Amino acid sequence: MPTLAHYLIVSGLLFAIGLGGVLLRRNILIIFMGLELMLNAANLSLVAFSRFNLLADGMPNYNGQVLVFFIITVAAAEVAVGLAIIVALFRAKQTTHVEDLNTLKF
Amino acid sequence: MSTQTAPWIILFTPLVSAALILLLGKFSKTLSASLALIAAGTGCALSWWLFNQPIDGKMLSLNWMSLGPELNLTIGVTLDHLSKVMLLVVTSISVLVFIYSLGYMRDEEGYSRFFAGLSLFLFSMLGIVLADNFVMMFIFWELVGVSSYILIGHYYSKDSAADAGKQAFIVNRIGDFGFMLGILLLWFGTGTVVFSELIESIPGLAMAPIYLTVACILIFMGTIGKSAQMPLHVWLPNSMEGPTPVSSLLHAATMVAAGVYMLARIFPILEIVPTAREIIAWIGGITCFAAALMATQQSDIKRILAYSTISQLGYMVLGIGVAPTSDVAMFHLFTHACFKCLLFLAAGSVMIAMHHEVDMWHMGGLRKKTPVTMICFFLGMLALAGCPYTSGYFSKDLIIEWAVVKIPFLGWLVAAAAGLTAFYIFREFFVVFFGKARSEHAEHAKEQPITMLVPMLILSVLAIFAGLPFIQDHFFKLVRPDHELVPHLLHPLLYAMFFGGAGLSAFLYFKARKDPISIPLFANRLYIDNVYFWFVNNIQGGGAAFLSWADRWIVDLLVVQVPSKLTWACGFALRFLQLGNIQAYAFFFGAGVVGLLYILISK
Amino acid sequence: MQLALFSIFSLLMLAFALGVILLRNPVSCAMSLVMSFVALAAIFVTLDAYFISVVQVLVYAGAVMVLFLFIIMLLDLREEKRRRVRLSAWVGGGIIVGGFLSALTQVISALPALNVVKPAVSQPMANDVALVGFALFRNFNLPFQIIGVLLLVATVGVVLLSKKELK
Repeated sequence: MPTLAHYLIVSGLLFAIGLGGVLLRRNILIIFMGLELMLNAANLSLVAFSRFNLLADGMPNYNGQVLVFFIITVAAAEVAVGLAIIVALFRAKQTTHVEDLNTLKF
Repeated sequence: MSTQTAPWIILFTPLVSAALILLLGKFSKTLSASLALIAAGTGCALSWWLFNQPIDGKMLSLNWMSLGPELNLTIGVTLDHLSKVMLLVVTSISVLVFIYSLGYMRDEEGYSRFFAGLSLFLFSMLGIVLADNFVMMFIFWELVGVSSYILIGHYYSKDSAADAGKQAFIVNRIGDFGFMLGILLLWFGTGTVVFSELIESIPGLAMAPIYLTVACILIFMGTIGKSAQMPLHVWLPNSMEGPTPVSSLLHAATMVAAGVYMLARIFPILEIVPTAREIIAWIGGITCFAAALMATQQSDIKRILAYSTISQLGYMVLGIGVAPTSDVAMFHLFTHACFKCLLFLAAGSVMIAMHHEVDMWHMGGLRKKTPVTMICFFLGMLALAGCPYTSGYFSKDLIIEWAVVKIPFLGWLVAAAAGLTAFYIFREFFVVFFGKARSEHAEHAKEQPITMLVPMLILSVLAIFAGLPFIQDHFFKLVRPDHELVPHLLHPLLYAMFFGGAGLSAFLYFKARKDPISIPLFANRLYIDNVYFWFVNNIQGGGAAFLSWADRWIVDLLVVQVPSKLTWACGFALRFLQLGNIQAYAFFFGAGVVGLLYILISK
Repeated sequence: MQLALFSIFSLLMLAFALGVILLRNPVSCAMSLVMSFVALAAIFVTLDAYFISVVQVLVYAGAVMVLFLFIIMLLDLREEKRRRVRLSAWVGGGIIVGGFLSALTQVISALPALNVVKPAVSQPMANDVALVGFALFRNFNLPFQIIGVLLLVATVGVVLLSKKELK
């Protein structure tokens, strides 16, 4: 049987991979995908905590799952807005490379 | 209308009118003047009505702010005999002066501003009269200072007027500082600032006479400033730069009397601190005599009256110091308000006739050109000089009697001052109205319009008759010293003083073309102004220069410049982290998060 | 059996996640992301969270991925040209990711309580949707409404952002 530690390690690895993608990739779309991976890692932890902390009636603590539900909803909204911004940015700059999007500096 | 609401209406009508005048005054001069007149008239009518009403129970008092359990500040009115009489004096004199101003200010600029200032002054003065606690009185005390500043500086484009306004304000500030400390001391000792409660709780403080004496003397400093006693009297003569109605109303009849009124208000407290009263008496007496000396050698018609005012205020303060009831001083305040207001109005009338010439040696022979003014001036002068059976005679003699009984030296000193009074005022009278015209203007002077003459005529009647015994009994509860105690010499001496002063004056000045005597010491006001001037220039100026240096090099450089430059430098250094590359930002952010994680783990 | 399933799906998920950040063609990245999401949905099933699992597939693997692919097509993104590998970025990224992982292992190894075996639930085949629904509508009704408003705002915002010319 997998333990809570297993789930958390997998969640942590997934988060690390997402973080690596954000830090290393230069395509803004892929960076965005990295962000999605990090959100999913957080979801995995929450669902695992919910399942491993049973309430008095022997059922999982659904508050954790409700939170995941909210995260998914917000993520959907975020993707929509983020992609719209990327489209607008591409229209203006004809590029999705973050190195070319560096006008905001000293 | 009840006795509860009437005082509030009296108090706030002038404020409303001042606000309205400032708002609407630019449209019409008539409107401004009538607004001010309506406010003063309402106050006057209500005051007279109120005077004959019995006072029913406790007056309304509003909570203003609560500063902890120790200090509850209220806004409330006191309505006792004292404040009723003072209300009458202030509002009645105001109405007359307002009417007079219609004529006096007719060709002046800032007509509406002037009436707004007068209304504001009336509001502040009524606030002092009606205040039922020290804090409220202090607030209105300062408001009076402000309106006085505004009115003295009415011709603000003239340097001397602007400076005089500033001087009045600053000199008063010195006195007010002591006043404030005194209020705080009393509050600290008794836990209240309300007059009625203070007077109840004072016997408990009588155990600490020194403490109480210091508090009372500090409060008296407020009077020294506002009522122009020595050594803070210097502002009053200079305040004559303001328009004459202002001099008449503020600097002769009412505002300067506020100090005396305040002493009368706390008279029950003063009664149990004899040391403080003695000091008050000495300052009053010395001021009285010294100011009379200074008045003998002035040549500005308004300044003579200003020194005379200081001298008369000295009598009132002396009265507080020696008489067993405050009504003695209030009686002199009452009569003085009538005749000094009259004298100033008459002087203003002369000035208008002379096209704002104030040097009396340029006048002369005006008795034929301005006969009504001359008669008014003459009657006011009789009252001031203490001519027997005029109002000033009754009130001044009462004070002198008490002074002779209580502190004989002071008594004889102020009796001599009475002679000086007769001398200097007759000197002014003869020089202005008799002899030959000494200038072009004096030859072509004309009598003034009816709006100016009527108030003067009314005041003339008051100046002569306001002291008659039945009036005394109606307004005051006077106490006379025992006949046995008063030296028999005193009354003949006072008669002699009056006739001697007047006679000497007539002998010297009746046809004089220039001043036959010259005493630089008096002409230069005992050099007190020069001492102040030297002090301000050298000592205070040096201190100011040092502080300016400290401000420039210590505050500006170390406290302001250094941190600002440091912040700028840090900002400049940090700007290089602003790479414009989001991944660099993500890197910083991630590094921060990981660093925080390690801090959390290591705990 | 459970451990085997968990291991398989975990490995699949991590492998595809790696694919997302290592592949050069955006379309391949997006497809890897779908697979990663689906594997995660399977892991949710091993945690008895059926409803979340279904929502994961519907929203992420369905809606979000369609959006991603749609944008990739719209922008006509080609395979990334080889750019100069930035040593500093790789070193910096490596340090942070490594630091994060080491912190994680320290925490997990230091807390024995995390080594608990999954406890059995009282109703293994319970109606999961109904239970989540109860929690959502009874305890979190207001946040639920607010999140609805948030979606509306996002919709309006996206429409505005995507307009050709902002006036």
